[in-house]
Amino acid sequence: MATSTSSKLSKAVKQHYMDLPQGDKVQAMYIWIDGSGEGLRCKTRTLDSEPKTIEELPEWNFDGSSTYQSEGSNSDMFLIPAAMFRDPFRRDPNKLVLCEVLKYNRKPAETNLRNTCKQIMSMVDNNHPWFGMEQEYTLLGTDGHPFGWPSNGFPGPQGPYYCGVGADKAYGRDVVEAHYRACLYAGVDICGTNAEVMPAQWEFQVGPTEGINMGDHLWIARFILHRVCEDFGVVVSFDPKPITGNWNGAGCHTNFSTKEMREDGGLKIIEESIDRLAKRHQYHIRAYDPKGGLDNARRLTGRHETSSIDEFSAGVANRGASIRIPRAVGQDKKGYFEDRRPSANCDPYIVTEALVRTCLLKEEGEEPRDYRK
Amino acid sequence: MATSSSATLSKTVKQQYMELPQGDKVQAMYIWIDGTGEGLRCKTRTLDFEPKSIEDLPEWNFDGSSTSQSEGSNSDMYLMPAAMFRDPFRKDPNKLVLCDVLKYNRKPAETNLRITCKKIMEMVEDQIPWFGMEQEYTILGTDGHPFGWPSNGFPGPQGPYYCGVGADKAYGRDVVEAHYRACLYAGVDICGTNAEVMPAQWEFQVGPSEGINMGDHLWVARFILHRVCEDFGVVASFDPKPISGNWNGAGCHTNFSTKEMREEGGLKAIEESIEKLGKRHSYHIRAYDPKGGLDNARRLTGHHETSNIHEFSAGVANRGASIRIPRMVGQEKKGYFEDRRPSANCDPYGVTEALIRTCLLSEEGDEPAEY
Repeated sequence: MATSTSSKLSKAVKQHYMDLPQGDKVQAMYIWIDGSGEGLRCKTRTLDSEPKTIEELPEWNFDGSSTYQSEGSNSDMFLIPAAMFRDPFRRDPNKLVLCEVLKYNRKPAETNLRNTCKQIMSMVDNNHPWFGMEQEYTLLGTDGHPFGWPSNGFPGPQGPYYCGVGADKAYGRDVVEAHYRACLYAGVDICGTNAEVMPAQWEFQVGPTEGINMGDHLWIARFILHRVCEDFGVVVSFDPKPITGNWNGAGCHTNFSTKEMREDGGLKIIEESIDRLAKRHQYHIRAYDPKGGLDNARRLTGRHETSSIDEFSAGVANRGASIRIPRAVGQDKKGYFEDRRPSANCDPYIVTEALVRTCLLKEEGEEPRDYRK
Repeated sequence: MATSSSATLSKTVKQQYMELPQGDKVQAMYIWIDGTGEGLRCKTRTLDFEPKSIEDLPEWNFDGSSTSQSEGSNSDMYLMPAAMFRDPFRKDPNKLVLCDVLKYNRKPAETNLRITCKKIMEMVEDQIPWFGMEQEYTILGTDGHPFGWPSNGFPGPQGPYYCGVGADKAYGRDVVEAHYRACLYAGVDICGTNAEVMPAQWEFQVGPSEGINMGDHLWVARFILHRVCEDFGVVASFDPKPISGNWNGAGCHTNFSTKEMREEGGLKAIEESIEKLGKRHSYHIRAYDPKGGLDNARRLTGHHETSNIHEFSAGVANRGASIRIPRMVGQEKKGYFEDRRPSANCDPYGVTEALIRTCLLSEEGDEPAEY
């Protein structure tokens, strides 16, 4: 069976317990990114009252030797609350708390990319950088095969599935619907969903979100998706090329604009930004998946609506380019542009940081600049 | 199927009955530890009033020959109410009542470690000893195999499961969620939960609790877990090494502090305690599982974040040591320390008492002192 044993536990039994009043006590689920840079971890603590702001949440720690983040002999790592959301699983007054991870010496952990992103974003506050990220993902059964696919074969070729409706077109819509509502409840800036080109592949979009919030909201949206899938007994994969052959990969197209780009004549700024991006393709490719480009190499082939990983290209309404300028933007001569290179399993902190560094801080060359000096 | 037939009985049918008003009558479920020192038993009586405090509850008795606690020819044993909680299964005004067990001659039953623990705690009241216990456990199907594991095999190796999320990482979260809420409702000092390193293994933490309350709250939390699992049709195991090989065991790490340790410069008192513990390793090992160390021998191997059962060690932020001093405590020079030796199936009364005897009453040698 494609769904987990866990998901078959009685929800009626669970409901009895979840309905029990909890007095003044509040459950806060602390969430962090583990040593892989892709995996999420969580644990819960009881608080004696409902936190109203992030500042009220205490620091915590965890065993980093169990999350690929430290050695057993010196394993304590710190969790620093960064962003708080309502908990759609346990409901009010309970909270989800996205955290930054610090090492034993209080320096950022290797996969804590939020720390630097926040610094960079604070340098460009006045430009009001807005982001919108289009998160693609694939639903898998617990057997690792895409959900709804015949167990020992393949569905018909791509064509009818994108934005499709019907049991022969849309596989796993319940997950999408549940996730959407959970995100709205939680306070995540989810702005849309659609079925994708490959069956069992879906997309949701988060944004427009300013600065550091883009990364925070996208990571929480991913956590919520993992939890929703867990409840249903299926698995979500952010792998950029889950099935080889004539099947689409999964990306995280990132839309970007600044106040200037959004104002009249902004197209000029957009084109300047694209010129800078063209000169820094390698730096961005390294930032756009957790393996420095290796994951994206399986996806950015130049086919299946991707650009080739080896070449930078840009064009209006061109889905085969690295950067696409939406046709409306070309006409209005202002708006935003879409970077189609980031992989579905990218870290949104470093993706948004890279765009700000190249386009707003006008950096050049292979390495990011260190502004602390 | 890994879940019990019981679990498939209609909850809608049950709900209909559970909604019936009960007038002034109150159901009190008396709970006690049986002759194994690990198993819990329970039976219920109707009261004509809602008890407001433990003193309101009457003594009771039971047939100890059916719980490995006495002979058939002289089997009555006494149940003395010790701690009362709200009942999360039957809800208000019904109660759960944890009891002391006395033999026919009114002496404590062999596995009643609460009586002595209470005396010891009273001797050190003014030092305000706080405990926090991290109860690990494994969820099993009714076939005895860990819940969610492939029936004729194993999941992928440990790594992704600790604090994990996702159907391929977290097995049985519903149980954990239900247990957490049930404990909050009941008034148990549950302070957190997390998924553990082995899939289908979980942990909850109870504390900080003072003195005798630690044992009371932990035993009731365990009872609630057994009942919640029963409702879902799965089984909770506190065995310290449920699966041999490259799979983590289950412990009950015990955090301990006194007022002195929590105040400025308390690290000195912590280090003194650890020195005392270092000289009494065998006594503690005997107290830390219900079989005098035999259960823990399967778990404390020196691998899988445990210390070796034969050696005592201590260190800051060191999860391979017997005693771990948290990094924050090392930095702030005050706080608490963590004894990582107790087994998941330990008796918290025995564990907390041992820590008091060694660290606060400064006892030495292999045997506990008689006061």
